[in-house]
Amino acid sequence: MTRKRLLAVAACLGAIHLCAFFPDFLAPYGYADQHRDFPYAPPAHVHWTGLHPFVYGLEPVGDGYGEDRSHRYPIHFLSHGKLFAVDEPGVLFPLGTDGYGRDVFSRVLYGARISLMTGLLAALVSLGIGWVLGTLAGFRGGAIDETVMRGSELFLSLPWLYLLLAVRAFLPLHIGPVQAFFLLVGIIGGVGWVQPARLIRGIVLSARERPYVLAARGFGAGSWYLVRRHILPFTWGVTLTQATVLIPQYILAEVTLSFLGLGIGEPVPSWGNMLSEARQFHALTGHPWLLAPGVAAVPILLGYLLLADTLAAYRSAQ
Amino acid sequence: MRYLLRRLLHAALLLAGVSLLTFGFSELAPGDYYTQMRVDPGIAPETVEALRHKAGFDRPLPVRYAAWAGSVLRGDFGYSLAYGSPVAPLVRERLGATLLLAGSATFAAWLLAIPLGIWNATRRGWQDAMVRAAMAVLLIIPDLLLAIVLLLLAVETGWFPAGGMASAGAASLPVWSRAADVLRHLCLPAAVLTIGMLPVLVRHVRAAMLEAMGSPFALSARAQGISRGRLLLRHLLPAAVHPLVSLFGLSIGTLLSASLLVEVVMGWPGLGPLLIEAIMARDVAIVLAVVMLSSTFLILGNLAADLLLYRLDPRIRVRG
Repeated sequence: MTRKRLLAVAACLGAIHLCAFFPDFLAPYGYADQHRDFPYAPPAHVHWTGLHPFVYGLEPVGDGYGEDRSHRYPIHFLSHGKLFAVDEPGVLFPLGTDGYGRDVFSRVLYGARISLMTGLLAALVSLGIGWVLGTLAGFRGGAIDETVMRGSELFLSLPWLYLLLAVRAFLPLHIGPVQAFFLLVGIIGGVGWVQPARLIRGIVLSARERPYVLAARGFGAGSWYLVRRHILPFTWGVTLTQATVLIPQYILAEVTLSFLGLGIGEPVPSWGNMLSEARQFHALTGHPWLLAPGVAAVPILLGYLLLADTLAAYRSAQ
Repeated sequence: MRYLLRRLLHAALLLAGVSLLTFGFSELAPGDYYTQMRVDPGIAPETVEALRHKAGFDRPLPVRYAAWAGSVLRGDFGYSLAYGSPVAPLVRERLGATLLLAGSATFAAWLLAIPLGIWNATRRGWQDAMVRAAMAVLLIIPDLLLAIVLLLLAVETGWFPAGGMASAGAASLPVWSRAADVLRHLCLPAAVLTIGMLPVLVRHVRAAMLEAMGSPFALSARAQGISRGRLLLRHLLPAAVHPLVSLFGLSIGTLLSASLLVEVVMGWPGLGPLLIEAIMARDVAIVLAVVMLSSTFLILGNLAADLLLYRLDPRIRVRG
């Protein structure tokens, strides 16, 4: 029962992530394509003739936009390597456009790639460092253990966001989007090693004293063999649980940093820097669709919360 | 007494370590406040060097750390190059605003969380499920989104002021209307923060209460016919207090750091905007001061929780 639920939740989350990895196919426009004639266009109104959807031409009327009923543009599916698109000069903005006339829907998809990838990779970095340090500290004990534990206490006495900002503050501010991406992954992941390291150390400490581990050691098994064969399997559960907690936290961290102007910069979209445009409320009043990247984060966070809960239920049932 | 001394020493050591760590990070920074000037052809390289010398950037690392640590201990936290003034007065002004915002939000969150958590723990079935679902919804809405949406509502409806801490011209008003003005500005950011804190607190209160309710003494007290209300408030709540005190310490500790994002979005003139501006301007002294202050609060919060537990829980005292 819990197993089925676990699989269902994981499949849903996986599908969302999969969407985020193919924006070139799913998004009707590129992330930097500007439609200078249509700034702040509202979300498209799709009409139907039978089963065939179409949109009317878009024309500026006063401060807003109206439909030009004399032109119809049918929506094509699976043509030109796109999931859906309309022929020029028609335009299709499923979630409206921003101040430069860029399609918000496309940018949310491209932004998802950045934001979700940062979360995933940074969690990988955190868990990697945490796993190595935690295992070393727990398995070796002694001076290594002391050093790791004291170091983790230091990191714990700095509020997480401040630590993140402080480290970011002391690195170059104006850099290209690719460097910024890897920098973010490094910082967010590197700063977050403490929690997984402490948890894994605890697991390793208890696993190390199990009778069969002692027996294997008695037979002359080497440290690396013991860790790989007997200790590692014990840490999977905690690692997975930690991943479900860390990934959403890190997605939000990327959004926060980019929002504050310390992450991915224009024109490459991330959910954070898209929201920072929405923050200027002269832009936001009357254009609520600029909040789309923030709303898009909600189902993903919900997915991870559900995953964490079901995983906990599944593990306690076992 | 020995316990107190040991905890104090531990806290002091941690603070010293944190100061070393943050100062070390700041050393990794490529360039400094004057780097921009160096590429400016209008300023002679000698002038930049002289300025750097005056600011002490060319002295060896340990000397600079000692100078900085000394100024922290004296309470003036170094000298801000961007503002051209000592850091302490700049920070002090912002500290009050942040404490007011985060303090009132934390207070409101605890005030709501304790009755909600207790009520939640004593209910089964749909009521329990409903509260938990509501808390999950609050948990997954990002603070950032909530802050922007509330700000948007404030602008569209005009019910609340859109950001800031005081209306224009509020300085000339009498004290009471000035306080009312600040209070009106406080509502929205405090609401965002409270909503952000509430789910975690409710979950912990509920878990602590459930644990106390499952213990043998609770069963025995019920068997002796103690009334429900008395059992809850007189017997179970004190027993459930242990994990909550640690959480309370954390609440105190994050007073300075929890509100950063909300402050920036809502234009609340606290430490958050100051820190972000300082990062953008490469004003290391302010960044260090704000990070050190927030870390001090965190350490002191944990210390306070430890000492409080020592007072409240005889088991810790016996263990020493």
